[in-house]
Amino acid sequence: MILTKAQYEEIAQCLVSVPPTRQSLRKLKQRFPSQSQATLLSIFSQEYQKHIKRTHAKHHTSEAIESYYQRYLNGVVKNGAAPVLLDLANEVDYAPSLMARLILERFLQEHEETAPSKSVINSMLRDPSQIPDGVLANQVYQCIVNDCCYGPLVDCIKHAIGHEHEVLLRDLLLEKNLSFLDEDQLRAKGYDKTPDFILQVPVAVEGHIIHWIESKASFGDECSHHAYLHDQFWSYWNRDGISQCCSGWCGTPGLSNSSASASQSAGITGVRKHFLPGILMKCVCK
Amino acid sequence: MAAVLESLLREEVSVAAVVRWIAHSTRGSEDNPGEAAALSSLRPLRKEFVPFLLNFLREQSSRVLPQGPPTPAKAPGASAALPGRPGGPSRGSRGARSQLFPPTEAASTAAEAPLARRGGRRRGPGPARERGGRGLEEGVSGENLPGAGGRRLRGSGSPSRPSLTLSDPPNLSNLEEFPPVGSVPPGPAGTKPSRRINPTPVSEERSLSKPKTCFTSPPISCVPSSQPSALDTSPWGLGLPPGCRSLQEEREMLRKERSKQLQQSPTPTCPTPELGSPLPSRAGSLTDEPADPARVSSRQRLELVALVYSSCIAENLVPNLFLELFFVFQLLTARRMVTAKDSDPELSPGVLDSLESPLFQSIHDCVFFAVQVLECHFQVLSNLDKGTLKLLAENERLLCFSPALQGRLRAAYEGSVAKVSLAMPPSAQAVSFQPETDNRANFSSDRAFHTFKKQRDVFYEVLREWEDHHEEPGWDFEKGLGSRIRAMMGQLSAACSHSHFVRLFQKQLLQMCQSPGGAGGTVLGEAPDVLSMLGADKLGRLWRLQERLMAPQSSGGPCPPPTFPGCQGFFRDFILSASSFQFNQHLMDSLSLKIRELNGLALPQHEPSDEDGESDVDWQGERRQFAVVLLSLRLLAKFLGFVAFLPYRGPEPPPTGELQDSILALRSQVPPVLDVRTLLQRGLQARRAVLTVPWLVEFLSFADHVVPLLDYYRDIFILLLRLHRSLVLSQESEGKMCFLNKLLLLAVLGWLFQIPTVPEDLFFLEEGPSDAFEVDTVAPEHGLDAAPVVDQQLLYTCCPYIGELRKLLALWVSGSSGRSGGFMRKITPTTTTGLGAQPSQTSQGLQARLAQAFFHNQPPSLRRTVEFVAERIGSNCVKHIKATLVADLVRQAESLLQEQLVTQGEEGGDPAQLLEILCSQLCPHGAQALALGREFCQRKSPGAVQALLPEETPAAVLSSAENIAVGLATEKACAWLSANITALIRREVKAAVSRTLRAQGPEPAARGERRGCSRACEHHAPLPSHLISEIKDVLSLAVGPRDPDEGVSPEHLEQLLGQLGQTLRCRQFLCPPAEQHLAKCSVELASLLVADQIPILGPPAQYRLERGQARRLLHMLLSLWKEDFQGPVPLQLLLSPRNVGLLADTRPREWDLLLFLLRELVEKGLMGRMEIEACLGSLHQAQWPGDFAEELATLSNLFLAEPPLPEPQLRACELVQPNRGTVLAQS
Repeated sequence: MILTKAQYEEIAQCLVSVPPTRQSLRKLKQRFPSQSQATLLSIFSQEYQKHIKRTHAKHHTSEAIESYYQRYLNGVVKNGAAPVLLDLANEVDYAPSLMARLILERFLQEHEETAPSKSVINSMLRDPSQIPDGVLANQVYQCIVNDCCYGPLVDCIKHAIGHEHEVLLRDLLLEKNLSFLDEDQLRAKGYDKTPDFILQVPVAVEGHIIHWIESKASFGDECSHHAYLHDQFWSYWNRDGISQCCSGWCGTPGLSNSSASASQSAGITGVRKHFLPGILMKCVCK
Repeated sequence: MAAVLESLLREEVSVAAVVRWIAHSTRGSEDNPGEAAALSSLRPLRKEFVPFLLNFLREQSSRVLPQGPPTPAKAPGASAALPGRPGGPSRGSRGARSQLFPPTEAASTAAEAPLARRGGRRRGPGPARERGGRGLEEGVSGENLPGAGGRRLRGSGSPSRPSLTLSDPPNLSNLEEFPPVGSVPPGPAGTKPSRRINPTPVSEERSLSKPKTCFTSPPISCVPSSQPSALDTSPWGLGLPPGCRSLQEEREMLRKERSKQLQQSPTPTCPTPELGSPLPSRAGSLTDEPADPARVSSRQRLELVALVYSSCIAENLVPNLFLELFFVFQLLTARRMVTAKDSDPELSPGVLDSLESPLFQSIHDCVFFAVQVLECHFQVLSNLDKGTLKLLAENERLLCFSPALQGRLRAAYEGSVAKVSLAMPPSAQAVSFQPETDNRANFSSDRAFHTFKKQRDVFYEVLREWEDHHEEPGWDFEKGLGSRIRAMMGQLSAACSHSHFVRLFQKQLLQMCQSPGGAGGTVLGEAPDVLSMLGADKLGRLWRLQERLMAPQSSGGPCPPPTFPGCQGFFRDFILSASSFQFNQHLMDSLSLKIRELNGLALPQHEPSDEDGESDVDWQGERRQFAVVLLSLRLLAKFLGFVAFLPYRGPEPPPTGELQDSILALRSQVPPVLDVRTLLQRGLQARRAVLTVPWLVEFLSFADHVVPLLDYYRDIFILLLRLHRSLVLSQESEGKMCFLNKLLLLAVLGWLFQIPTVPEDLFFLEEGPSDAFEVDTVAPEHGLDAAPVVDQQLLYTCCPYIGELRKLLALWVSGSSGRSGGFMRKITPTTTTGLGAQPSQTSQGLQARLAQAFFHNQPPSLRRTVEFVAERIGSNCVKHIKATLVADLVRQAESLLQEQLVTQGEEGGDPAQLLEILCSQLCPHGAQALALGREFCQRKSPGAVQALLPEETPAAVLSSAENIAVGLATEKACAWLSANITALIRREVKAAVSRTLRAQGPEPAARGERRGCSRACEHHAPLPSHLISEIKDVLSLAVGPRDPDEGVSPEHLEQLLGQLGQTLRCRQFLCPPAEQHLAKCSVELASLLVADQIPILGPPAQYRLERGQARRLLHMLLSLWKEDFQGPVPLQLLLSPRNVGLLADTRPREWDLLLFLLRELVEKGLMGRMEIEACLGSLHQAQWPGDFAEELATLSNLFLAEPPLPEPQLRACELVQPNRGTVLAQS
């Protein structure tokens, strides 16, 4: 299924400074009933990440942290059961999970002599039961389950999606009888950076020759295209001396004006409809 | 200068500071202030430090190496004289014994004055000996080699063939000098007394030598000079295999060969007897002074100097790496101290304290110093050829002084595959008629065409005649052929005829001289030529033997002047005799063009990711291609340089003063024959220095004295100097130059800097080129420089003088110290087995020649096809063996390993030991590889040849081509397999072992239990990511905040858990992290169920989940945990304070579900009672509201009070509230 650029922009427009909560997602779904939840969530997540990247620094000044912490303390003193932290995050327009992390870090600093290590924090976020303060544990947990763009659960979901799509892609390739080498085989051959699949026999899809396929189970907007191009694809291109490559995105807007790229929906179809809108092929021609 | 060394020895400055000081003039920032101050006062002397150090060391060692400077001074004037031209006036030579780098007067300080004074006249017999020879090379060898002093090489007899006369003829009756060997004809022995075939047996301690079967004479180490009688009696009699008679014949044959070879070399490489007479000082005693580490004097001082010296070498501050190594080897193998000169009168007054006493007071000092230096250069040593490594590893002095170094060298020797052979290729074939260029259409007229054809014939006639006669003693090129050549050249009237002839000339040149190491390829299983591949095994052995017996004794020390060995001599003499300026001009044009073309050739680049075993085979092909291109380029550039600078070179000494200035002004007008500067710059930019520099060096080596002074060439020299300095061997990094590539460049550049025409001061006067030599690369990071294109074979082929190191060591082993010239080579018994098969060898040789002839008659495409097929099939064969035989062996290894692990129990054993056991069991199977490989080639090659050749190919031609292809492919595959199969199996088995052990390591239990989907599974279960996100939604709903209308239906929950079960049973999409999170989420969900916190959709009254439904859901969860999760489920979270705390928030509190859950957990064996008790216990420590704590205590008491066996219908809830008539839905 193809999302036009206009549609994509419309969705993105709706997502300007919306908190990353269940409720927002629900509203989004009502607004765009024709889009699947996965696509919407993916776009939401990416747009929100962009937003956070822009504003991240201002939440990390020591004054900001201090004021958040004081507000949190005041809040829980008043009512420990109220969603203090979540509300705070939404109010200052910051991801709840990240806010939880901030406060947790600050809390641990106050209660322990040494600064907490990153792994300790991560492990506490994964399992809030380890947080010494019961109220804070509840608050943190609430933030995490309510955050649909950040947090350990979301990370896990993303990871799982990535894994699932690789499996799906492999099945599809097998089904289509395309001979390929997967990442493990490539690694065994000594490649250090590999795409998910290298086609042993290149195929042409709508006039573009495809040498390898990378499954990117996330929404392919312009920005991530460029980032991935930069980080990954050119290195494949350099290593394999391959002139064309192809990656499957979980939804890509038709980027007609993107200079180095042209995107088409490609012939890989038949992905289960209940989850994926269809894998869109991104062909980079060089 | 001395002051610097002084302060170093007094430990005022550190070695590192000194080296920095030398290397970087301007930057002293890293030094500590004291050092900097000490050194900065000496700044003006900086440039002279290295020459001073080198001369100082030479000076100091003169007592140990009395036969003259070991590391030769430049051979002055050697290049100026043209060989083969009659009437060259004899030149007074600059003293060869003068200092390597004469100190400049201006800079000498008071402290160094005495040294400088002494420097002029160093040692040994008269330096001002005049030389009659005008030979380029002849003259030089005289100077290079120690002990030559006082003896004239030859008179000005015949111009091109030096008549070898000795001033003092060898005393043939002196058995010690010339022990009888069989029936050595006096002729060759007279001129070249060293050529004794001396089947030296090997002493026991030289363990690396191959076992000897037939030579039983006493070890040489006991008998310094071989015993003549032992040769003739004992070895031949006993225990000799049947081949012994043929051995005698072989010797006879070889002797003939050798004398032929000896006469054949028209060029100065021909061994000259400079080493001839023993010096009086050591004629008497032949015993070597033993070196003892315990008797080293002033250890610390030696260590310091060695460190400075090594650092200078490592930083490329010395002009020639291998020259210094040669010097060090000489110190290592020094035999005894000359005691006569002990009190050097020059050595006392005015010299500073620590320099006053000689640095080397004894042999022990020398050896100690040498070993110290060698230790710093292990990396270079380990990259030398196998023979040198062996000699080094077996050197008892090394063992004695540094067992560690010796051990490393031994390991390097054992791992080395770098056998190097410099055997001369068999005589050449004529260039076949080239129909595409040599046809009528390319000529202006019929007459021109006919003239060309006639000239072609004349040319080959001349060539054949040269081949037949040039070995004969009295034969002279000019006399024999000169007039005919000139007559032929005279016929070339039309300009275009010249170009045709030049093309022929150049092709023939390439064909005949391209690879002086042509046969060597067989060693690595990569034969450069069909001929050498056919029957390469036996033939290769014969060649190696031949090489050992007849290789030119000495290429003229570690820094020989440029030479024209072998066939090249013909072409040089041809050019000289023709003396046709048109021909020369056309030749230069043609050579320049070809050089440009080859230099720009896109050579396949190394793919860094392909470091696989099988690609070795392909990679060898690429390396071979590179070698061919490089050698061709060097050859062409050498001739281009020769021709281009021919008009400017004469025997007269270089001009000085005003004359020089005017010549410079004149010459700077002349454009260079080939724009080498641009080519060099481009080569550096494109990181192709490894290709460009070697040929450029060849070109420049023929430059005359004026050339380095010209701005254009000065730029080149400066570039080369910078390159030289930047090639620090110890700096290895990704994308930078490979080690052997660097070594090659260092060797050729070092050689160039020693060429007499290159001004000596150039190297040192040039202001520190600084580390800023970073070529601004436009090229990709993987230029040719970064690819391992150079191997030892190529290195030694390009720089045969590196082989001098080996000769030096061999000389030491042989114990003969080169009394009568050359070093003694021993013949190891392996060759005798080769000799036994002599008849088949000749037939093989014949076969090879037949094949050669066969190809000659067929179109070139046939040969290309056959070679191509052979190459591919050979390569495929290796891959096939790897995929079948080796893979099988690896599987065997895996099962063997399993057995081992089972028998040895959990701890297994030492992995290394296990590997050894496996390899010892499996490697013998590798022998099958050869048979399989042979069979594979046999099977595959004919079909491929058939398919590729035209249908119309005659049957006989086809079958011959097939046979040759089979032979070549087999040869290629078997050579690779026999060399590498064991290593390959080892590597694969090692990988398999580590894989298995790793898999065993962390979670041995989990491995077996992990199940895939059942066979019938169609993978339609919901995706894990979907489930996590669904459960997360429920959790977030439950945790809140939520809108009033939000909630979940019980059906939805049930459905969700059902889906979770499906997903867990279908493992297709499940990855471990996802499963972990699912487990955690399910536990959280259970906690919420227990605490009744899940908002239920529906009528407001029924806001809470019904008890029965809750129990049903909990049951589902319990069964999921029990049955479906394969990873651990964090059930203890159920009793974490946070989750239990959820209960505290509910009003009214309900405990029955929790109790129910706990009981079920115990009953299903998901948690132990003890575990639960522990969790409950720790709950008490948390802070609870008072009433809650009481209830909790009651609960735990209740749970603890229960009998282990669960009773049905426990009314747990009564403790808090009257139950609501719960129906226990026990499914």
